[in-house]
Amino acid sequence: MLAELGQLLVALALATTLLTSGQQLWALQRGSLDAEAANRVLGAAALSSFVLTLGAFVLLATLFVSSDFSVLNVAENSNTLLPVPYKFAATWGSHEGSFLLWNLMLCGWTAALALASNGLAAGFRARVLTILLLLQAFFLLFLLSSSNPFERLLPAAVEGRDLNPLLQDPFMVIHPPMLYMGYVGFAVAFAFAVAALLERRLDPTWARWSRPWANAAWAFLTIGILLGSWWAYRELGWGGWWFWDPVENASLMPWLAGTALIHSLAVTDKRDALKSWTILLSIVAFALSLLGTFLVRSGVLTSVHAFATDPQRGIFILSMLTLIVGAALVLYALRTRDIGLGGRFGRLSRESFLLANNVLMSAALGAVMLGTLYPLFAEVISGRKMSVGPPYFEAVFVPLLLPAAYLMAAAPGLRWKEDTLRTLLRPMALATAASLALASVWVLWLGPFKWLTVLGLSGGLLLTWGTLDHARVQLGKLAGDPQQPLALTARVRRLGASYWGMVLAHLGVAAFVIGVTMVKSYEVEKDLVMKQGQTVEVGQGWRLTFLGIDRVEGPNYVAQHGVFQLTEGAGQVIYRLEPQKRLYQAGRQVMTEASIHYGLLRDIYVSLGDPVQSRPTDAVSDLAWGVRVYLKPFMVWVWLACVMMALGAFTTLLDRRYRLRKAQAPAAAAAAVAGAGAAGA
Amino acid sequence: MRANLRLILPLLVLAALTVVFVIGLQGDPRKLPSVFIDKPAPAFALPELAEGQAVVTPESLRGKVWLLNVFASWCAACVTEHPHLLQIARLKRVELVGLAYKDEPADTRAWLQARGNPYDRIAVDREGLVGIDYGVYGVPETFVIDAQGVIRYKAVGPVDEGFFRAHVEPLLAQAGR
Repeated sequence: MLAELGQLLVALALATTLLTSGQQLWALQRGSLDAEAANRVLGAAALSSFVLTLGAFVLLATLFVSSDFSVLNVAENSNTLLPVPYKFAATWGSHEGSFLLWNLMLCGWTAALALASNGLAAGFRARVLTILLLLQAFFLLFLLSSSNPFERLLPAAVEGRDLNPLLQDPFMVIHPPMLYMGYVGFAVAFAFAVAALLERRLDPTWARWSRPWANAAWAFLTIGILLGSWWAYRELGWGGWWFWDPVENASLMPWLAGTALIHSLAVTDKRDALKSWTILLSIVAFALSLLGTFLVRSGVLTSVHAFATDPQRGIFILSMLTLIVGAALVLYALRTRDIGLGGRFGRLSRESFLLANNVLMSAALGAVMLGTLYPLFAEVISGRKMSVGPPYFEAVFVPLLLPAAYLMAAAPGLRWKEDTLRTLLRPMALATAASLALASVWVLWLGPFKWLTVLGLSGGLLLTWGTLDHARVQLGKLAGDPQQPLALTARVRRLGASYWGMVLAHLGVAAFVIGVTMVKSYEVEKDLVMKQGQTVEVGQGWRLTFLGIDRVEGPNYVAQHGVFQLTEGAGQVIYRLEPQKRLYQAGRQVMTEASIHYGLLRDIYVSLGDPVQSRPTDAVSDLAWGVRVYLKPFMVWVWLACVMMALGAFTTLLDRRYRLRKAQAPAAAAAAVAGAGAAGA
Repeated sequence: MRANLRLILPLLVLAALTVVFVIGLQGDPRKLPSVFIDKPAPAFALPELAEGQAVVTPESLRGKVWLLNVFASWCAACVTEHPHLLQIARLKRVELVGLAYKDEPADTRAWLQARGNPYDRIAVDREGLVGIDYGVYGVPETFVIDAQGVIRYKAVGPVDEGFFRAHVEPLLAQAGR
């Protein structure tokens, strides 16, 4: 019964979105849009489609938690032995379930927008909501027609096939929802851009309205990518944290576009400049989110993430992608023909630096896209399978993104519109020299001198200094009368949440640059064969002793459980590392669970390989084991850096400038209604 | 002109990507070429299914083009390809060697008796150890090995009518020259 009810709820949501958006489009077309009335209908539709999909999602989760194997999706992706949190997470472990989650997120963002957008101009709000509901209709149609998560399996299976063991990790509960929040969140910025094009409202106001939504989506995407990367680090047992896998790249591409977008939006908001860039980036960020969904779901590329792929669905997603993005791009071509970049600015100005950021991010995006899709191009053209590896990506990424760190250090200090070389060079020259010197000393102290390491570290240091120094100068400027300076807290408040969010995020980027430079330059990897009782040196000052191995039983697996003791200095025990090698029973799959001792300055990472049998008669306790030991300096910095970036972006949401005041609304609404009439005519 | 390019370029990129994706979707992304292609066939020495015969080794087949067909009595897809193997055997143009993979000899014999035996020689790989050397991950698989003992082609899954002409005849033509 529950499965049929869930299907019914999805169908109702589809009907709601299809009818409402259809009716509004028709009204828009005829020019008979009554913005106030339309907004009431659209708001109600947005909320009901959210409640309906949420209901469907809860029902599916219930089917999973109660192990109802008469539902195909449950039988294929769950198992009675699966612990309850994973049963719940298995709800989005399959293609069908994850697409339902995707839809739920889209409905959630739309409902949030409907609730938080009362201050928007009525005609504009009506268009944004119509576009979002239309998107919902598309994706709900896809869900029902080719990815129904509620399909029955009759007769019911006795036991489920189990969730892919790779997905049985606490991060499975949180990583996909965060990633999807980010992906789908760009739909809002997309809708804002398309609505602005439709209404010919290409002024700074739409950019200001769009900013908090784009920032929020970017923050979620950052968290989602961080969790995915950390998960790979813990679970895959190779000590890596970014593999340039097509699916990782699929999440990195919208992130890069989003990074360009949130900066471009700032320029359009403040200076009415870079307009066509901002519009295009809004479209591209969402297009790449759809592309990411397509790449993961269609199986068009070979990937370790190919959990649930199906070419038929690929065609469907591809048609939708082409239709949605194509329509938006046609609109872009028609409507931005005459506006160009908008506000003018000098060659040396904050705008020009932010434009450089757009260009660098877009170039990096292009490079990732080329590397990711090249195997596909090559196969289409020459019929040969090939792959593009990390060396390519690292070779193109570093020269594109390292300069960005240096530019970022200077950019906030530049004046809008026009600045002089002197104001740029005076503080920066000395700071750059100082950071290079400091980084050189650091590198020489740690070991052999490498230029790339010096440049990376100095970039991170310079960015930290530039960001903090700018904040210091800004606070100084607000002091007012030197005799009776304004209280510091008041000055901090006056700079606004948006500013402090930027400071936090930029410091995060600095930490990221330092972390990646350190881990890439100084990581130590040892492939060892260890016998019980044996001790090895790890880096300088740590010793790892193999205490032994035993067998433990988990709820749905049995594991070889290794115990290692980490000692520091003169034998002081600091940690017990317990890596496992698990055999999952339902699918007979083997998984490694690495054990990691986290530290602010280094991680020590142990993963268990296979037993090495030297004589066939060896008893289990005598076996030597393959062991991988890694020393990862500053690894934690990478994770903390991503958290700082995301928190920075969330902080900007608190800014008063984004709070839409009712007071402005009537005038704006009147203008919008007039605009709506004009656009419809 | 420049302004127009700025407007049209995104659409062109989208169109190009769509075309590539549509073509890309026709292929099977999981069909990866074997790493064994153009490598010497791994050596083995396995007992012959028919008792009293010499062990089967790749060395003994040097100088001939031969096929190594991995099969088993428990394998459903092997039934599908069986008629095609019989056809190849009737041509008598190549040595057809069967690798009875993870199978009981008695079962293999019964299976061949019921369906006819296309093989010139049959190596018994009860534990599947030789299968590991050849990277077998599904049965049936067929390796085409040239006169120099180098693997030239690997078919995963049942061979079909076109298999011999497409992958074996060119080698025979080369060897004949």
